[in-house]
Amino acid sequence: MSPTITLDRRDFLRVTALAGGGFVLATYLEPLDLLAQGRGNSAPLEPNAFVAIDAGGIVTITAKNPEIGQGVKVMLPMLIAEELDVAWRDVRIVQADLDPSKYGQQSAGGSRATPSNWTPMRQIGGAARQMLIMAAAQSWGVPASEITTTPGRLVHAASNRSAGYGEFASAAARVTPPAFDSLTLKDPKDYRIIGTSIAGVDNHKIVTGQALFGSDVTVPGMLHGVYQRCPVIGGKAVSANLDAIRAMPGIRHAFIVPEGVGGGSMSGVAIVADSWWYAESARKKLTVTWDNGPTAADSTAGFDTMAATMATQAPQSTSRADGDVDAALAGAARTVEGAYAYPFLAHAPMEPPNATASFKDGKLELWAGTQQPGGVVNTIANALGITAADITVHLPRMGGSFGRRLYNDYVIETALIAKTVGAPVQIRWSREDEMRNEVFRPAGYHYLKGGLDASGSLVAWRNHFISFSNEAPPAAGRGGGPPQQGPAVRPAPSSTLSGSEFPARFVPNFATHVSMMPLGVTTGAHRAPGSCAISFVMQSFLDELADAAGKDPLQFRLDLMARTPVPEGGRGGFDAERMTAVLKAVASSSGWGTRPLPEGSAMGVAFHFSHSGYFAEVAEVNVDANKRIKVNKVWVVGDIGRQIVNPLNAESQVHSAVNDGLSQLMLEITVDGGRVVQGNFDTYPVLRMRQAPPEVDVRFVLSDNDPTGLGEPALPPVIPAVTNALFRATGTRVRSLPLTKHGFSWR
Amino acid sequence: MAVTFTLNGKSTTVDVPAEMPLLWVLRDVLNLHGTKFGCGVGQCGACTVHLRGRAVRSCQTPVANVDGAAVTTIEGLSADGTHPLQQAWKKLDVPECGYCQAGQIMAAAALLTTRPNPSDTDIDAAMNTNLCRCGTYVRIRQGIHDAVRSSSNGVPSATTPTTEDSK
Ligand code: FES
Ligand code: FES
Repeated sequence: MSPTITLDRRDFLRVTALAGGGFVLATYLEPLDLLAQGRGNSAPLEPNAFVAIDAGGIVTITAKNPEIGQGVKVMLPMLIAEELDVAWRDVRIVQADLDPSKYGQQSAGGSRATPSNWTPMRQIGGAARQMLIMAAAQSWGVPASEITTTPGRLVHAASNRSAGYGEFASAAARVTPPAFDSLTLKDPKDYRIIGTSIAGVDNHKIVTGQALFGSDVTVPGMLHGVYQRCPVIGGKAVSANLDAIRAMPGIRHAFIVPEGVGGGSMSGVAIVADSWWYAESARKKLTVTWDNGPTAADSTAGFDTMAATMATQAPQSTSRADGDVDAALAGAARTVEGAYAYPFLAHAPMEPPNATASFKDGKLELWAGTQQPGGVVNTIANALGITAADITVHLPRMGGSFGRRLYNDYVIETALIAKTVGAPVQIRWSREDEMRNEVFRPAGYHYLKGGLDASGSLVAWRNHFISFSNEAPPAAGRGGGPPQQGPAVRPAPSSTLSGSEFPARFVPNFATHVSMMPLGVTTGAHRAPGSCAISFVMQSFLDELADAAGKDPLQFRLDLMARTPVPEGGRGGFDAERMTAVLKAVASSSGWGTRPLPEGSAMGVAFHFSHSGYFAEVAEVNVDANKRIKVNKVWVVGDIGRQIVNPLNAESQVHSAVNDGLSQLMLEITVDGGRVVQGNFDTYPVLRMRQAPPEVDVRFVLSDNDPTGLGEPALPPVIPAVTNALFRATGTRVRSLPLTKHGFSWR
Repeated sequence: MAVTFTLNGKSTTVDVPAEMPLLWVLRDVLNLHGTKFGCGVGQCGACTVHLRGRAVRSCQTPVANVDGAAVTTIEGLSADGTHPLQQAWKKLDVPECGYCQAGQIMAAAALLTTRPNPSDTDIDAAMNTNLCRCGTYVRIRQGIHDAVRSSSNGVPSATTPTTEDSK
């Protein structure tokens, strides 16, 4: 089970006095939960806190989750500081190490930080405030209910007394923490911190070049290494010219790591040296005999051919069937068909994967930039023959991730190498290592047919989605985590299409069929997994249908959402009212249909619902005679609930998502003989400054819903917004990515 | 080979192979970690430093090439983070993950020495070889304009450089 701080009865607050006055406040899980996590034999619960207040009133707040650039190191402390009622300038932020028994879930992914922590983090701040109030009430001999706070101060207006938090921090340490359900949280109109723009807490260190990231970690006596895996994904090292490598300058160790240990690592050759450059230089002289394994049969060309064949055959399964699609298509006034495809993609975080490990006296200390630190501990413990309690994990800042560091293969390999070497070691991947040993966004193929009635209304929709199964090895290399259960043949990670993906439920005759072909290439979650690919297909084909119906594409979507949907059980599904609101808002902010555009320019629109967020986006694109593209501007409207916690960061996250989506328009990873063809930014040209839109207009519709996350849901719609604009500008309907397939390039 | 150069104003000597890239001398020999590795092939700009006042890719600069020269890294751009670009970056919250930003700031600082008041086109040209995977390009451009506005003479550094980034 994975511990989360939902602060129900199983959780309780613990308070501890600080030496020199002050207190710390932490939540703890009950021992039963600790046992269930396999960490129950760890040392007695140490007071490690979310909140510590010293005698001078300075508040130290622990940021529990890993920071990858999503701004969580500021966002979570803002929630605590708000309800504690403290001035932000009196707040210091420290990064937590991994300890789910104290902090609950510590991970980054799925745009979950805001929805999971919105209430509990505010409750922790509110509890600390209440304890200060109770301490002051005792000392002043007045009812706690008469005490109010201003930022950092306790006030009893009736007796004209006030005191700084620091003065009562010691006394508060002796107060029994209140039950969370006894707390009254602030009325949002009284917020002083939530909703204000606060810059990143690490910005000063970043702009002055101080050590901060995983690859900046230095441990006394630390060596540097590279790890060469088989160029064919999942292959194994059999033998290598290790003696020759060991004789090269600066080289300390060279050895084969035999095979995936604990299901989380891949076989390869480790070269450890005094400097990373010595190790990398030696690698250029490395010759290895590999056992390539079955993935050597994988190739992009083969997948394309197989998909085309499978499209002509009966689908393997049906994941949704509403109405009678065959009859509706047969009776349609007009039908439209489209074969869509998108490629594998790499995450390419700016900082390639790396980890630092020191193994001494049966204990492992790890510095690991990972989105899922909790997922790695047990796997490493098994692989190294130690217990989880013997492992300490520090969480340095990450130079981006986009999903790559959800998979801990590089961390596990580093731990194995450190144990073998007997000295602290940092293993750093080259860019080529990163691009060729990815957990790729899976490619996919969609064969679509839609039917319109005589009035241009969408009456039938069929999609045969041709995807990948995980039938072929390797199962290893995904970085640990719980053993997978269920049927042996299932979709490769991130190769699924939800049966309720829009326009499901809004078309009376609607079917989704799925067929899968085996895949050895490792796949996994990308930023907005699934959605980043599927939005392109769904929103492009809707545009085709709008065009065939002779309707404005934005109005066509509004009309579709105005229908009464097929009812569906479960919570958290697509809410057409919320999407309608953001779509209308982006029509207005972009001036949709009201602005004359110069020759070669056009606007495209798309929307997508993912990660509980509703986003509609318009792109204005210009195409020149040589099919070179410039995205002039992108308008984004999102609905992620009633509160934007940190508007400065929110805007930045949207810029990032938009540019990430635009990047994807021109990128592909191709596989030949089980090997990845691309290797660096010359062959995988991610978006550069000149190609990025100079303006991104970001707005939010505030709906009465609890706030949800923003790292991902702004990405998916920008891709079809651009391809739909390209159609309107050039008449070319883009049904496959990247755009280079159709002769387009960035200007 | 012993190489002596001026690093952030201080005379520094290292004894390493002549072809060892400056990036790895800085990071692994001198323990200065502000300069980042992103690609190792001159494609991303994360490793940008100033050599004789010009922006160069330290991953593509053999240490032998800096013998006798002045090298400035992000750590030496200003004494305490007060270069107008550094201040603008903090104020506008330019960094997301932050990993590319040392290189971005060093490239921008070199640009401002040749073009004290750059146009957007100048900025695109100079900064186009510095990748930001987080896509902070809108704010990088704003940050450069903001630094120009806030620096009194508009030229933060006194060197007489050109930039290699304008391609
Ligand atoms: S690391 Fe030098 S240009 Fe990328
Ligand atoms: S801020 Fe992350 S790569 Fe630029």
